[in-house]
Amino acid sequence: MPKSYSTVSSDRLALPVPKRTDISSILVIGSGPIVIGQACEFDYSGTQAIKALREHGYRVILVNSNPATIMTDPEFADATYIEPITAPFVEAVLRKERPDAVLPTLGGQTALNVTMELAKTGVFEELGIEVIGASLEAIEAAEDRGKFKKVMEAHGIVTARSHYVTSLDEALTAVADLGYPAMVRPSYILGGGGTGLAHDEGAFIDIVNHGIETSPVSEVLIEESIAGWKEFELEVMRDGADNAVIVCSIENLDPMGVHTGDSITVAPAMTLSDREYQEMRDEAIACLRAIGVETGGSNVQFAVDPLTGKRIIIEMNPRVSRSSALASKATGFPIAKMAALLAVGYTLDEIANDITGATPASFEPALDYVVVKAPRFDFAKFPSVEPVLGTAMQSVGEAMSIGRTFPEALQKALRSLETGRDGLNGDRAEVEVTSLDIDELNKRVRVASPTRIYETAELLRRGVSVDEVHDLTAIDPWFLDQMAWINEVRADVQAAGPSSDALRQAKRTGFSDAQLRHLWGVGHDELAAVKNSSDVKVTYKTVDTCAAEFEARTPYFYSTYEEDSEAPAPGTKTVMVLGSGPNRIGQGIEFDYCCVHAAFALGDAGYETVMVNCNPETVSTDYDTSTRLYFEPLTVEDVLAIVDAERPHAVVVQLGGQTPLGLAKALEQAGVTIAGTSPDSIDMAEDREQFSALCARYGIKQPPHGTATSAAEAQDVVDEIGLPALVRPSYVLGGRAMRIIYSIEELSRYLSDLYGAVPGGEVDLSDAPLLIDRFLESAIEVDVDAVFDGDELYIGGIMEHVEEAGVHSGDSACVVPPPTLSDEVIAQVIVDTRKLAEGLDVKGLLNIQFAIRGEDVFVLEANPRASRTIPFISKATGVPLAKVATRVMLGESLASLREAGVVPAERPSLSFTAVKEAVLPWSRFPGEDTLLGPEMRATGEVMGIGETMGVAYAKALRGAGHSVPDSGAAFVSLADRDKTVGVEIAAILSEMGFKIYATHGTAGHLARHGIATTHVDKVGEGIYDPVRLVEDDKIDLVINTPAGGKARGDGRLIRLAASHHAVPCVTTAQGGLAVANSIRAAAASGLDVTSLQDHHAAAGVGR
Amino acid sequence: MKKGMLVTADGSVFNGIAAGSDGVATGEVVFNTAMTGYQEIMTDPSYAGQVVVMTAPHIGNYGATSLDDQADSIYAKALITRSMSRRASSWRSEETFDDYLARRGIVALSDIDTRRLTRHIRDNGAMPVAVGSDIDESELASIAAGAPTMAGLDLVQTVTTDEMYVSNPDPGSEVVAHVVAYDLGIKRDILTQLNRRGVSVTVVPASTAADAVLAMDPDAVFLSNGPGDPEPLETSIEAVRGLLGRTPLFGICLGHQVLGLALGASTFKLPFGHHGGNHPVRNVSDGTVDITSQNHGFAVDLWSLTGMERPTIDGLPGPEMLAPDTETAYGVVQQTHLNLNDGTNEGLACLDVNAFSVQYHPEAAPGPNDAQKLFDGFVGSIGATSA
Repeated sequence: MPKSYSTVSSDRLALPVPKRTDISSILVIGSGPIVIGQACEFDYSGTQAIKALREHGYRVILVNSNPATIMTDPEFADATYIEPITAPFVEAVLRKERPDAVLPTLGGQTALNVTMELAKTGVFEELGIEVIGASLEAIEAAEDRGKFKKVMEAHGIVTARSHYVTSLDEALTAVADLGYPAMVRPSYILGGGGTGLAHDEGAFIDIVNHGIETSPVSEVLIEESIAGWKEFELEVMRDGADNAVIVCSIENLDPMGVHTGDSITVAPAMTLSDREYQEMRDEAIACLRAIGVETGGSNVQFAVDPLTGKRIIIEMNPRVSRSSALASKATGFPIAKMAALLAVGYTLDEIANDITGATPASFEPALDYVVVKAPRFDFAKFPSVEPVLGTAMQSVGEAMSIGRTFPEALQKALRSLETGRDGLNGDRAEVEVTSLDIDELNKRVRVASPTRIYETAELLRRGVSVDEVHDLTAIDPWFLDQMAWINEVRADVQAAGPSSDALRQAKRTGFSDAQLRHLWGVGHDELAAVKNSSDVKVTYKTVDTCAAEFEARTPYFYSTYEEDSEAPAPGTKTVMVLGSGPNRIGQGIEFDYCCVHAAFALGDAGYETVMVNCNPETVSTDYDTSTRLYFEPLTVEDVLAIVDAERPHAVVVQLGGQTPLGLAKALEQAGVTIAGTSPDSIDMAEDREQFSALCARYGIKQPPHGTATSAAEAQDVVDEIGLPALVRPSYVLGGRAMRIIYSIEELSRYLSDLYGAVPGGEVDLSDAPLLIDRFLESAIEVDVDAVFDGDELYIGGIMEHVEEAGVHSGDSACVVPPPTLSDEVIAQVIVDTRKLAEGLDVKGLLNIQFAIRGEDVFVLEANPRASRTIPFISKATGVPLAKVATRVMLGESLASLREAGVVPAERPSLSFTAVKEAVLPWSRFPGEDTLLGPEMRATGEVMGIGETMGVAYAKALRGAGHSVPDSGAAFVSLADRDKTVGVEIAAILSEMGFKIYATHGTAGHLARHGIATTHVDKVGEGIYDPVRLVEDDKIDLVINTPAGGKARGDGRLIRLAASHHAVPCVTTAQGGLAVANSIRAAAASGLDVTSLQDHHAAAGVGR
Repeated sequence: MKKGMLVTADGSVFNGIAAGSDGVATGEVVFNTAMTGYQEIMTDPSYAGQVVVMTAPHIGNYGATSLDDQADSIYAKALITRSMSRRASSWRSEETFDDYLARRGIVALSDIDTRRLTRHIRDNGAMPVAVGSDIDESELASIAAGAPTMAGLDLVQTVTTDEMYVSNPDPGSEVVAHVVAYDLGIKRDILTQLNRRGVSVTVVPASTAADAVLAMDPDAVFLSNGPGDPEPLETSIEAVRGLLGRTPLFGICLGHQVLGLALGASTFKLPFGHHGGNHPVRNVSDGTVDITSQNHGFAVDLWSLTGMERPTIDGLPGPEMLAPDTETAYGVVQQTHLNLNDGTNEGLACLDVNAFSVQYHPEAAPGPNDAQKLFDGFVGSIGATSA
């Protein structure tokens, strides 16, 4: 019998160190407003991290200025500061809360930058606060391109040849060495802002000058061009015991030269051999070690020369990023949660993989499917910008799809984008590319653009070889061949006509029903007959991190056409929530917030929840937000298939914005129960005539209006209702193509802009009639969010806009409680809201926009669905409106919810003022006029809370990233109608010690009111040229309101100059007054910070 | 496109499209979860007699190159994929992988619901299957039902070299040691790893006796990876007993199992094996975790040395899964590595004689390079011994 030594004691097994007990409170810094390059992925990551840290016993303090986030819900962190993410405000929070540690790696570039800024002030040492997740040295080494390059070279990792410069002269010397084309990259920027590829000296000088200005440290890197190389990204996690894993590899379909956020990307990498992949893996891990990222997630980007395999490292981010969100959704590995736990001392092998529950997180996910991410653009909103993709990110959102193969995933991703496409051509909209001649296609595919994928596929379909198309596009031949394969299947399927075999082939290649109807020339019923008589059925597979090696516990599904389905048996009490798809201007994180709240509320009420969405950045697509997650396109076909599998009791469509609303009718027709307000009511609110009839019936005032189906009719309507008028095509979201016209000439210009020049001037608008409203000048706009249960109305909030009616509500600031409305007006608003709630038979949410002129209350529009302001008003009042509405939609009454404590017994009375301010993407589109108008262009929003409106607005402005001056010089130029307010503005500024520059007319007017100004010349004339003054940093604030909607002339040049030089520029008089007041208030109030929980406690709501 | 089919011994049918070579193949079906390295996998002699299912859906994307071959012949029986690429895209590629397989007479299937097949294997264990095109379902079913299982089969004799051969470091480089390697189905990259570290390797047939090896005066002996069940490999096991304590020993995969058997431990068949590039293995001595490349259907039960039952796993494997240090005829044997997915043995070391082995593949090819340091340790240790 062999002798056995005593059973191994745990000291022989070197056990990982347990979590840190020397820290107990942690400040998490969020990422602030949604901007291009930094979107709701940081809400997803922050929410995950906060949940994980609290579950492990830490007190979590959060700073984030963005109210539309789940992470800022008061029940997530222990103390939530909705304050600007600027060094002074974060420092004020640090001093108040005295956390043991700061975790800056989950709030994007914003959190890293503010942490670096605070580090320089010495406040961390002074207060004894440790920065965890990534050390300051590591952040610096990763962010500073010069340092990064040195560290990489020291570790034998190849980088692009480059020179690091701080002046144009140095840059020119550098480019003389490297040659053209040359890449310019400013240091410390997010989303590639300011970077560009220069092909000649002229472009080079422009990009360098702009880059030096953009970079907070005024430095740029001049780099050899690697445009056309293949681009890869690895998501790496490292723990304190130096264990490292690659969570996901991502390959860009678009080669180097297109920002990765603007590229179609594929996971896992498709065209790397094992040897190349493993070398890249080794380098990625070596990079983290070299930079000193001790714990957490980082992404490392590589470029590979397709001809030689030469590989260079491009950059790494020592933090959770957009790609980590994508990688988390693509693999099921929760990177942000892990990053948070690793930061407090856990090691990967101590944490269980949530999905299997039985294996550790120290492994690398194996994928048995293909993930494709496609970017969503909104170039139509920015007419000055060419839709050409480059090294600076311009996309405003993204969709992700999962398929068993690349063709399937690609087609699903394209139809997920909601850009009117049903797949990779073969659809109705393919005429956009089939109508082009081959020369045009040849020309177009050379330039990366939002439509290049379709043009490339069409070129292949015309018989141009994969190799030739590769030469034109530099897209890897493997991807091109897969696209050619889609074309071949299309040809086969089209030739075969409707049949089971063709259906199988098409479905397995990702073709949608819409494509099949187009290719076969059949209607819904005929296709349904083919499908019903066939054994080709959709199947669902699980995202399980392990390619089925272990049993998965997490119900995260995608559709495909295979032999075996893993869809669970339908539950007995299931509600399905439809998400809002890819972010776009006008439909952003606010709607995801509402959908997540619906899932939480339904869970609380005992339902099983099923979430359907295709946006990888969101909290809604986290696998533990709902009972089951289907990562699927939001189309009628895809949603009905899930309905078939899940058999829900009802489907929630009113919370995800226009995307699910657009499906409601078809779902209802297919026999699906829509929760809450019926699709007919939603239609009634959208339909001009029905809605007007309703208003007339209830005696509700509307501005004079009419509908036109031709140019002549439009003119008649305008003649009747008077000018100015607001015109727009029916059925639009986010104010697309909406304009205020001040003359009949502007009306014809609008029509030709919208519909193209038509011979004879006549256009047929009968498909989408033109809506024309009298525009109420100088009216105050008011937004109301309410919940109606059929009997009782709960007013969530009455918000007064800062900018007057005419500026899109999504672009204007708004305030609660309303500062200027009389009690009578408020009473009338409530009466009208109640009438409309009844008239529209609302069950759930109702948002109404009013225009108030004097004591007259006009209804502008009513929407029986979630609005953009739901999260803001919920944060302000402490009452979670989306949750309340969801339960009302499922049949509970407000009375019973009051009993259950979901709705407070009394409406909270706010002891503070809250301001929501819009954040606009001007810095991304430098040629764009910054004028606000009826077309929404904001990408995000911030909230400011203060004792007075002035203080709250001052915080909101700072949160939005405006460097509002407290002294200096202001340039004031006002339209005639704004001159009265202008006096008030100038008086305040002058009182605050500002030197005031004004244009001729404005100066005279101000002088008559006793305000001294320096009067300036016209642009391009004299030494007091206002543009020169802005460019020479002589002006700290611009207040410029355009006369009569004219967007040309001096005003535009001044606004552009302000935008380029980051001088705050206000384009409305009311906005100017609010800014002036806020400057005065900020000077008086200092930096008082209060947590949301304390605010709510004072108002008697919340936990 | 020609239809193809896979039928399992328990009668499940999987439909797809024929790829690779025409014909019918049979073998035990195993799935591999690696997302790259299909060519290294198919040419790894350890897959002798097996039908390999790749769980990654696209196979063949970057083509095939002779540089990636792990052996001159392919001993695997067939390849099953969701999508076989018709286009190879890589500067390294010499031909498409489909052509490469066809040229070597390997049957393959594309368009198979490989996830369904993988789940079938996971739930029912590795089992024989028959694969083919131009053949009807019932015929394939009877072939599958009649095929032998791997247990008890000596597959090494089908893959081991007939003749001894030498693999030397590049000309001009310094030779630091001479190692004799037992070819139980050796992968070429193991030789590359040893050669790169200055080791001259004499590769000998699996049946070579200990005395014959010792007569070559090696600085150490290496026991290679290889296919199938270790238990029938009596001559190799006996040879290892003759070598223990007389020369340093290092084993990988099947070599690890042979060393374990030689030390008196038993081996057992895993339900569906470990085949992939993402298995976490803890190094017991320092607690670090390597992500490893794995390919084996059998495992060493080091608990068998103690007479105690191997504990069943409950949650994440901890110290309770480690076999205690145990005295054997060759001194004390210690478990050095632990699989963190299922708590099985991943490595052992003899404390009183110079011998150690691991169940996983430090040479990677395919898979992560995390564990290549083991070759440094091996070469370092024999340098010390021979000095």
